Amino acid sequence: MTYGEFAAVRGVSFDVRDGDLVTIIGANGAGKSTILRSIMGLLRPRAGKILFRGEDITAEPGYLRARRGISLVPEGRRILPDLTVEENLRLGTYFLQDAGEVAAELERAYILFPQLRARGRQRGKTLSGGEQQMLAIARALAGRPRLLLLDEVSLGLMPTLVEQTFQTIKELHRQGATILLVEQNARMALSVATRGYVLETGGITLSGTAAELAADPKVKRAYLGG
Amino acid sequence: MLSGYVVTVLITIGIYVILALSLNMITGYAGQISLGHAAFMGIGAYTSALLYTRAEFSFWPAFLVAGLVAGAVGAVLAIPCLRVREDFLAITTMGINFVVEATFLYVPFFGAGMGIGGINPPSLFGSEISKPGFLLLVIGVIAAVITVDRWLARSWIGLAWAAIREDEAAAGTMGIDVVRFKVLAFTLGSAGAGLAGSLYAHFLTFIMPVNFGFGQSIVILSMVVFGGIGTLRGPIVGAILLGALPEFSRPAMEYRTLLYGILLLLLMRYQPDGILGERSLLVRGWHALRQQAAPMKN
Repeated sequence: MTYGEFAAVRGVSFDVRDGDLVTIIGANGAGKSTILRSIMGLLRPRAGKILFRGEDITAEPGYLRARRGISLVPEGRRILPDLTVEENLRLGTYFLQDAGEVAAELERAYILFPQLRARGRQRGKTLSGGEQQMLAIARALAGRPRLLLLDEVSLGLMPTLVEQTFQTIKELHRQGATILLVEQNARMALSVATRGYVLETGGITLSGTAAELAADPKVKRAYLGG
Repeated sequence: MLSGYVVTVLITIGIYVILALSLNMITGYAGQISLGHAAFMGIGAYTSALLYTRAEFSFWPAFLVAGLVAGAVGAVLAIPCLRVREDFLAITTMGINFVVEATFLYVPFFGAGMGIGGINPPSLFGSEISKPGFLLLVIGVIAAVITVDRWLARSWIGLAWAAIREDEAAAGTMGIDVVRFKVLAFTLGSAGAGLAGSLYAHFLTFIMPVNFGFGQSIVILSMVVFGGIGTLRGPIVGAILLGALPEFSRPAMEYRTLLYGILLLLLMRYQPDGILGERSLLVRGWHALRQQAAPMKN
């Protein structure tokens, strides 16, 4: 089953299937974030189509896509700094609206990231960088997304936190989440992904399973530093 | 009990409290700057005055219709405001204020420069209510506005407004229909201003276009910012202090717009959270004091 097909950023076409953990790797400026932002509806592609579960959503505004189950963890941990941790999480459950479901989602987030529980009443901006990243991921998950878009989640985090974040991503995937991961840290991305695409200025130059990509000499030379 | 003069001042301040609280919904909660709040006060005042003097409405239905009409016009005028942000929104809302004021001033139907007179205070059980009675009415309306304010702050609407205020794009990615919630903020805020305008008209008994000009909008905005934008206490305290100020100082009355304009500039530069906002000196000092006091208890 095809989750999304995308052919907008200069002849880029790819798809993410149910239960996949797909990564797009590539250099800075190749358009990785542009792809995620277009899928979320923050940017509108000039040409091409975005399909989600067989439906054309190219012209649909972002908030409707969110309600279809597309969820983005934006680059740079864009949490809402002046709202509390709990308010941030509640916003993630915005379209559930049923009080019981919301409470269940908050509880799930706190089980996934126990550090957040103690900070529920603190403002987002008082959290450390790592905690903000956890909050951003927890918020994105709280709406029970069908497709989770992760944009450079490792950027600016301490190495131990990068490790922890990727463990979380792996765990989410194991639990059945469908994830599209955009990363500069190709080594980490390929170590958790099932399939991958290499994006260069001009388009997708390579695609395959994560293992195939990790073994490819060109990928090794350009992205894995070996 | 209270002298007639004191009651008059309290009623005026009370009307400003309603205006400040309603502007706070638009600018404080939803984060949409408005420099034209007085226009909606004017729309409410003129609606109420026209219904009362020409259509033989009594005050009570005219008061409610004034709120509805101002809210509806606010919803319609919110549409050109949706595409623009921040600085352009400020100019757009300012423009709306000038257009509305000019309409009152040049269209004979609205009494043009002469305004509308002969608007009597409300009657209850066949007799006109006294000034203290009018004050009670104003306090009742304030209580209702505060109730709505608290309900909104605790609801999904308040949370959605906060998200839009903090990060509009992020709010959209969380499934929030940004357009709908902005229109809702303008509608509710304008309706509140309309109710205040109706009270104002029936209190003064005559209205003129100049009462609802850009200067009046600045006065209302100054009260919200001075008290502490985005909080409940801020606009109330701001309206009380700045509303009372002209009564204590003649120059403050004569140079009110100038004074409030300067105040607004200084606040924006040095204390954007006013005197009672979350990050104001007073509130931070209070929290610091409490934190210092807390370990002593243990």
